[in-house]
Amino acid sequence: MREFGYERALDVPGAVAVLGGDPEARYLGGGTNLVDLMKAGVERPARLVDVRELPLDRVEPTADGGLRIGATVTNSDLAAHPEVRRRYPALAQAVLAGASGQLRNMATVGGNLLQRTRCAYFTDIGKPCNKRVPGSGCPAVAGEHRNGAILGASEHCVAVHPSDMGVALAAFDAVVTYETAAGPGMLALADFYRPVGDTPHLETALPAGALITGVTLPAAPVAAHSRYRKVRERASYAFAVGSVAAALDVQDGVVRDARLAFGAVASRPWRATAAERALIGGPADADAYAAAADAELAAAQPLSQNTYKVPLIRNLVVALLTELEQHGPEGAR
Amino acid sequence: MTTTAKPDAVGVARTRIEGRDKVTGAARYASEIPFTELAHGWLVLSTIARGRIRAIDDAAVRALPGVLTVLHHGNAPRIKDDVIGALGRPDPIVEVFQHDRVPHAGWPVALVVAGTSEQAREAAEALVVTYDEEPHDVSFDADKEGAYVPQDAETVKGDVEAELAASTVVLDAAYTTPEQHHSAMEPHAVTVRWDGGRLEVFDSNQGSKWVADDLANLFSLDLSAVRVRSEHVGGAFGSKGLRSHHVAAVMAATELQRPVRIALTRRQVFAITGYRSPTAQRVRLGADADGRLRAFAHENRSMTSTLREFVEGSAGFGRTMYDSVAHHSVDRVVPADVGTPTWMRAPGEAPGSFAVESAMDELAEKLGMDPIALRVRNEPTAGPISGLPFSSRNLLACFEEGARRFGWADRDPRPRVRREGNRLIGTGVAACTFPSGAAPSTASVTAEPDGTFTVRITAADVGTGARTALTVLAADALDTAPERVHVRIADSDFGAAWVAGGSMGTRSWGWAVMAAARDLREQLTLRGTEIPAAGVTVTTNTAELIAQLAQKERYAFGAQFAEVAVDVTTGEVRVTRLLGVFAAGRIVNPLTARSQLVGGMTWGLSMALHEEAVRDETFGSHVGADFAGYHFAANADVPVIEADWVPDEDPDDPVGIKGVGEIGIVGTAAAIANAVWHATGSRQRHLPIRPDRVLLAEADRAGHDA
Amino acid sequence: MSPAETSTSSAVTLNINGEKHTLPVDHRTTLLDALRERLDLTGTKKGCDQGQCGACTVLVDGRRAVSCLQLAVAAEGREITTIEGVAQGDRLHPVQQAFVELDGFQCGYCTPGQICSALAVLEEHAAGWPSAATEDVRPEAGPPPLTPEEIRERMSGNLCRCGAYVSIVQAVARAAAQTTDGAKEQVA
Repeated sequence: MREFGYERALDVPGAVAVLGGDPEARYLGGGTNLVDLMKAGVERPARLVDVRELPLDRVEPTADGGLRIGATVTNSDLAAHPEVRRRYPALAQAVLAGASGQLRNMATVGGNLLQRTRCAYFTDIGKPCNKRVPGSGCPAVAGEHRNGAILGASEHCVAVHPSDMGVALAAFDAVVTYETAAGPGMLALADFYRPVGDTPHLETALPAGALITGVTLPAAPVAAHSRYRKVRERASYAFAVGSVAAALDVQDGVVRDARLAFGAVASRPWRATAAERALIGGPADADAYAAAADAELAAAQPLSQNTYKVPLIRNLVVALLTELEQHGPEGAR
Repeated sequence: MTTTAKPDAVGVARTRIEGRDKVTGAARYASEIPFTELAHGWLVLSTIARGRIRAIDDAAVRALPGVLTVLHHGNAPRIKDDVIGALGRPDPIVEVFQHDRVPHAGWPVALVVAGTSEQAREAAEALVVTYDEEPHDVSFDADKEGAYVPQDAETVKGDVEAELAASTVVLDAAYTTPEQHHSAMEPHAVTVRWDGGRLEVFDSNQGSKWVADDLANLFSLDLSAVRVRSEHVGGAFGSKGLRSHHVAAVMAATELQRPVRIALTRRQVFAITGYRSPTAQRVRLGADADGRLRAFAHENRSMTSTLREFVEGSAGFGRTMYDSVAHHSVDRVVPADVGTPTWMRAPGEAPGSFAVESAMDELAEKLGMDPIALRVRNEPTAGPISGLPFSSRNLLACFEEGARRFGWADRDPRPRVRREGNRLIGTGVAACTFPSGAAPSTASVTAEPDGTFTVRITAADVGTGARTALTVLAADALDTAPERVHVRIADSDFGAAWVAGGSMGTRSWGWAVMAAARDLREQLTLRGTEIPAAGVTVTTNTAELIAQLAQKERYAFGAQFAEVAVDVTTGEVRVTRLLGVFAAGRIVNPLTARSQLVGGMTWGLSMALHEEAVRDETFGSHVGADFAGYHFAANADVPVIEADWVPDEDPDDPVGIKGVGEIGIVGTAAAIANAVWHATGSRQRHLPIRPDRVLLAEADRAGHDA
Repeated sequence: MSPAETSTSSAVTLNINGEKHTLPVDHRTTLLDALRERLDLTGTKKGCDQGQCGACTVLVDGRRAVSCLQLAVAAEGREITTIEGVAQGDRLHPVQQAFVELDGFQCGYCTPGQICSALAVLEEHAAGWPSAATEDVRPEAGPPPLTPEEIRERMSGNLCRCGAYVSIVQAVARAAAQTTDGAKEQVA
C-alpha cells in the first residue's frame, strides 16, 4: 500500500473543498471496499478524506411519503430503520442480504453505490483488466466469467455490480444527491451508472470530486409490497449470482403497479423496465410473470459459463411475484 | 504413587485444557510472540507462470524507508537441495532463491525485509522483477496427455473386463472433483531468531521436530542447533509443514542477525502452501442381479507439479471397502506447470469416496436395490485385496444404527417425489473409511516432587484436542487425576514424534505417552516414594512396540446420512440434516472427538457444495484466490450435524485408538450428492454442486421431457 | 480539518478496552495491525486481512466491525473493545463460558472474532434488528425470535474452517438464554 495523507472532514463544504480537484484523493467512508482495494494495489490514493463524521447519518421521511437517506447512514442502520422496513421492505432485505453484520456496521449508503466490481480479474493487479487499466483487455470473456454480466455488457467488460442495496434502490426510483465545489446536484439512479461500452473504467456520471450526500426515495405505495431474493453460491456472506427486487400491487387479478430490478446481471443494478411494462395492466398469474421476465431477458447475451443466469432470473421473477401476489411482503412462511 | 482405584479419565467428556486461553485471546500463535528489534519479511511471488528471471532491480527498493535487505537468487546463501526428511523430500518450493527458474505462477522470487510490515509490503510491491517468459500449461482434465502410473499406484485382482462382461448390471460413470485449498484460518507464519548459537523458530506447523530437522539439513546445521516451537496452531489440515517462508526467514535472520517474521497473506497462502489436486475419476461396477459385485474398477487421475510427484491417491478407497470377484484400481498423475499439491484432510479418501460412493448409489438405483442393502451384500470378511484380517470392522453396525436414527426405513426410494413448496427433498447415504496407522514417537514423563507429572512430546495440537487427549491418557496410565498431569507439546527439543496428520496423531503420541507412563510407574515402584528435586524422568520410544503389531487391515469405518432440500428454480442446494455414525476405535474425549467428526462432516458438506479453486489457463494462476472467490461453508450453510459412534474394540491392539480427524469428511460429499439425486432425479457427478449445475440439470430434464 | 495535511503518519489516541493508548501510526496501519503489532493485543486475529473471514472482529462504539478494513487513524475517538476486554477479570463472559463448555472451537483462531461477533449478535437482536433469515422484516411483524436459523445467519460473517459451527450456534443460543432478554425471546 502506498503512503497517503489522511484528513477527517467535519462538514460537507469542507470535505468537497479539501478533495477539490485532486485526482489522487478519495473520500473514505466505511472503508470496506476502498481499504481492501488499497491493500490489493487496485486503488493507490495519495490522500484520504474521511467523511464518516459528516452529519449525513439520518434517515428522514420526506413530505411526500418517501425517505431521504444520508450518505453516511450505515447499511445496518438503514436495514434496521422502521420506516425503511415498513415502506420499502425489499430495501431492508437487500441490505441484510449483503456482506456480514460486521461489514454492514461499517459500510455506508454512499460507499455502497460507489463500490467496485468483485470481478476477480479487476481485483488482481497481476492480470489485465479494462476497468482497472483501460485498454489492457478483458480476460474474463475468454476466461472465468461464471458470475459475469448477461445484460448491458460489452466485449470490453463483463463485470457485474456487486451491490444488493442498489438493486432495491433501482427498483424504487432512487435519486442520488451530491455536492461539488460548484454546488449541489442530483442524478436519478437510472442515470447514475454509465453504460459499459468501451469505457468500463468510467463507472458513474458523478462529476469529478463530487461527494454523495444522500439518496432520496420517492413515495411509492407499491414498495410496501416488496421483497428481495438473492441467490449465491453459499447460504450467506457471498456475493449474488443473481438477485431480484420486486414489488407488486394486484387488484381484482390485475397488476396495477409493479417494480422489478435485477442484481448480478450487469455492470449496474438493472431496472427491468421492459418487464414492468409487460406486467402492468395484465393478469396476475405465473404465465404473465414469466412472459414479463422473458421480455426483459430477450436482450440477454450470456457467455458460455453464465447461460444459467437467464433461467435463474426468470425463475426468481416468477417465484417472487407469485409470493407477493399470494402472501404479500410477509412472505410464504 | 497410589494404587487406589480412580475413575478412568479416558471416555469422559472434557473441555480443552487451553480453552480458556483461546476464548480470552491469551493463546499466542506463531506471529504473536513479541520480540524487540523484530523485522518483517514480505515475499515477492512470480507473476509469470513459467520462465526465467531476467533481472531483479533491488537498488531502488533498498533505498525505500525502513528496508533492511532484499534477498533473491542473486544474493541468497546456497542451501542443500537433496534433503530427505521424516516425510520424504520437502516440496522443492522450500529451496528458495537458489536459481533463476520460475516453474509456476506464484514462485517465490524475492524477500523484502523492513522495519514494519507496512514498509515491507510497499517495498515488496515496488520491487521490479523482469522475466523471460516461456509457454506454460496448467490445464487438467481426464484426457490430458502425459499421465503416468506412479510406483505402487495400481492394484489388479482377477480380470475386470471379463467380469464386467459377465455382469447383469454395469455402471460406468465419470466423476470430477476440483482443486481444493486447506484454508486454515491462521495464515502460515513464522518468526525466526538466532539465540546463543541456536536457531529459534516460532512456527505454526503440524510437527515441530519434522520442521526443525528439515531446516537443519537444508542449512547444514547440527540437528541440535535448531529449535522449533508451535504452541498453538490455527488450523493446518495437511498444509503446515516446512514451506518457503521458513527458509526465507532463516536466511534473513542470519543475514540481519535480528529476529525476522514472515506472515503470509491469504493470497500467498493460496499460491505457495499446497492444495488438493483436482481429480478426474472413472468408476465401473459390474454386479449380479442380487447386487454381488463381480467387477470393481476405479481409475483416478490427479495433477502434480513438474517439481515433485504428489499423488492424490483416490483409487485406494475401494481396496479395503468392497469385495468383488475382480478388482482394478489405479491412480495416474499428470504433471503441469503448477505448485505441488499436498496432503489435505483425508487425502485420496475424500475425492475417492465421492466417486465410489456415488457410483454405488447409481448401481443400487440400476439394480432397484436399497443402497444400504447393496453395501451389506458386498461386505468383505477380510481385506479384499490383502486377504488380511481386519483388526475390527464395524461398518454394518454403523449403517444399522445410522439407519435407525435417520429413519431410513421410511424412505421412499423413488427420486423426485418429496416436495415442500419450491423445494425438492431427498436423502442419501454413503460409507466411509480411513486407515488407522501408528508411527514411532518419543515421549517423556517426569514425576515431579510435588506429586504432579509432566509429559513432554513433540505433538501438535492443531485444533484436534491432542493436548487434552494426551493429558487424560497419561492420567489413566499414571493412575492419577488429569489435573495432576501437565502436558507440554510442540517443542522440537522433546524429540522425534509423528506429526499431526494421517489421523495418526493421538494414536501414535498416546501410545508413546502411555508407554512412558507405564515405564515411569515401574521405575517409581522400584525406587520407592522419594522423588528427587529434579524429578524422575522416563523417556520411551515406540518404534519397537509398533513393529510388534500384528499385520492386519486397520481402518476406521462409518456411515454417512444426508438430507437435502433443493430449490430447482434457483439451483440452491441446502443440506438440512447430516448424521454420521462411526466405528473409530476407542474414543478418548467424546467432546473433542465429536467436534473432530462434525468438523470433518462440515468439510464434506463444504466440498459437496462450495469448494473450488479456479486457475486461468492463460495466466497460469488462480482467479479469485481469496475467501470471496474460494468459498467454504459459512455458518448458515451448516445444519444440525450429528456424529456418534458404535463400540469398536480390538482387544489385541495396545491402544485401541483409531483417530477421528479425517474420516468425517470421507463419504459426506457422496451422501449429499446421492441425496440431491434422490431429491431431483438428476445425478451430480461434478463437484461442487453449484446453483448453475442444478439449473442446467433441470434444463436437461425439461429438454428430455419435451 | 485536522492539521495532518500531507503527512503520512499521525499521532492517534486509541481507546481500547477502556484504556487510552497514544501512539504514532503510519496512516496505512489498520486497527488490526495496530492492535497486534503495536499494542501487543494479539487476541484479535488476522485471517484474511480482506474483510472476508471475520477473524479480526472487534466492537467499535459497541458495534461489531472487522478491524482489518478499519484504518487505525480513522478509529481515533471511538471506543474499541477487543477479546481481551470481554471477560471481567478471571470471570468469563457467559458467551466465552458457553464456547468453552460446548466446544465452540477447535484451533481457536477464529474464536475471538466469533465471540466478539456473538456479543454483538445478542445486542442487535435485543435491539430488534432483523436479519436475512427473518422472513418478514416489517416492524409490525415484531422482533424475530433468536432461532438457530437466525443465529446461523447472524454469525455467518465469521468463518470457521475447523467446522465448529454446530457448537458455535449452540453456544450463542445458550448465552442468549442466560440473558434476561434472551430468555424472554426463547419463551415467546
